[in-house]
Amino acid sequence: MTGLHDTLIIFRRQLRLGLRNPAWIIIGLLQPVLYLVLFGPLLKPLSKQLGTSNAYAVFVPGLLIQLGLFGALFTGFELVAEWRAGVIEAQRVTPASRTALLLGRVLRDVLELLVQGIVLVALAYAFGLRASLGGMLFGLALTLLLGTSCAALSDMIGLLTKSEDVLAPTLNSIALPVMLLSGILLPISLGPKWLQHLSDIVPTSHIVTAIRAAFVGHFGMTVVWGSVWAIVLCAVCLYFGTRAFRRDSA
Amino acid sequence: MEPMIQARGLTRTFTTRKGRAHSELMAVDAVDLDVAAGEIVGFLGPNGAGKTTTLRMLTTLLRPTAGTATIAGHDLASDPVGVRRSIGYVSQSGSTSPEARAGEEVIDHGMLYGISREQARTRGLELFSQLDLEGLWQRKPRAMSGGQRRRLDIAMGLIHDPNLVFLDEPTTGLDPQARANLWRHIAALRNERGATIFLTTHYLDEADALCDRILIIDHGRIVAADTPDALKRQVAGDLVELQVVDGKHLQTVVAALAALGTGAETEGLFVRARVREAGQSLGRTLREIDAAGIELAGVEVRRPTLDDVFLSLTGRSLREEGETGENAENRP
Repeated sequence: MTGLHDTLIIFRRQLRLGLRNPAWIIIGLLQPVLYLVLFGPLLKPLSKQLGTSNAYAVFVPGLLIQLGLFGALFTGFELVAEWRAGVIEAQRVTPASRTALLLGRVLRDVLELLVQGIVLVALAYAFGLRASLGGMLFGLALTLLLGTSCAALSDMIGLLTKSEDVLAPTLNSIALPVMLLSGILLPISLGPKWLQHLSDIVPTSHIVTAIRAAFVGHFGMTVVWGSVWAIVLCAVCLYFGTRAFRRDSA
Repeated sequence: MEPMIQARGLTRTFTTRKGRAHSELMAVDAVDLDVAAGEIVGFLGPNGAGKTTTLRMLTTLLRPTAGTATIAGHDLASDPVGVRRSIGYVSQSGSTSPEARAGEEVIDHGMLYGISREQARTRGLELFSQLDLEGLWQRKPRAMSGGQRRRLDIAMGLIHDPNLVFLDEPTTGLDPQARANLWRHIAALRNERGATIFLTTHYLDEADALCDRILIIDHGRIVAADTPDALKRQVAGDLVELQVVDGKHLQTVVAALAALGTGAETEGLFVRARVREAGQSLGRTLREIDAAGIELAGVEVRRPTLDDVFLSLTGRSLREEGETGENAENRP
């Protein structure tokens, strides 16, 4: 499989460059950990209103989604810098599969997310999270799918705009409303009807709901729908991301 | 001999937007190209003339709006992967991450061409020694000089032993010593490895020193294609420039030069004309001027350069940069 071979070459290269600069991995991890430590305790007294005995089971799925959204969202900056250095063009002129050029980069980001997600869940457990093991694994899996989507989207926008100045506001203006409407910090079900309807059209809100259900061991239709959304989102982003790498070439 | 590059009617237009108005910019306009195996061909033109756009089409990075091309035996439209396998491309913008180690980049690049890690390593080290990059295998490109980085880019482009190498402005931004050094390496590519080389440049001396044949492109069209010498022969003679000490003698000197050559003109205290074989005919005229008691402050005879060729073909000097305005070179 030459596509897999090419993907692994790119993956290894990105991993090597990433490990050489671990500050970014730590910064990426710090954000959800800060939420956990500085915001989590506020939720404890609110458990009753949230309709749960364990506030962390509601909160941690939201943090996972936040990690999935933001952890990989800014990877496009790295791509723009490499494009400027001529790396992307040099790769595009090789016979390597275009999908591999994207997928190798995305895989590195996903591996990073996996490590960050495990640390986050373990730390939450130490803070008092109690959830089904299957639910937590499922939560991590959906987080990785979401991370794949965001990384591909970020790389795509980076490759199309080739400018950090355009990339930053574009990504922020997508990510912030998506994050708020997904009910990451508090369940959207607490809010008024119009907010809930608005939230229904945001794929990540279904993903959060699915992870929350899985955390308390309810593997029903909610989980199925969340998974479908995550898979569809991931497929769409990878498709358009690859198209960006193929764009304009013969 | 099988042609290495054969392009017919290669065309690329870009749509530009200014506010609501769309306009079509013709970056490359129906270009025909033929490059034989083993040739070093220079693609010469001012910034924005369409050099890089043409190169990006020939290297599969940009889809032509119209036209066909066969590169190293592979059809550009139907077999771009075959083209990519056969060519090396050294772009203007570099090829390595400043933070990566040179050797790692070279090995990864080779592996993307399907050669094994060991082969890539052996070949890479061999290229490093040929390109005077010994000892820089572990160095980060960030810590290299401009000339070293450019030679690293060339090593990247040659890692899979291509028979056809495209070099985009290979010496731009290098100091004169590094340029001369790079010319030597580029010439060796053909002379020692038999590679065919297609390079773009806007330096005339570079095209003159390196190339067997030169294609001149202006406003997206090829306006001339010939050997450097043949192109220079098209220009009518050497440029003779005399400087008089006293302005009142200008007319006499102009008349003397006009009798000798063509296009006599004055500018300040300078008198210029194109004179065929000036080395033989000028002596007598100078003696006459001297005999008339006219003192000259300077005499200069300049062999025609490719700049003169460019000027005579397009009415503009290659050095008048910036006036081209539209910079199509940097478009995606």
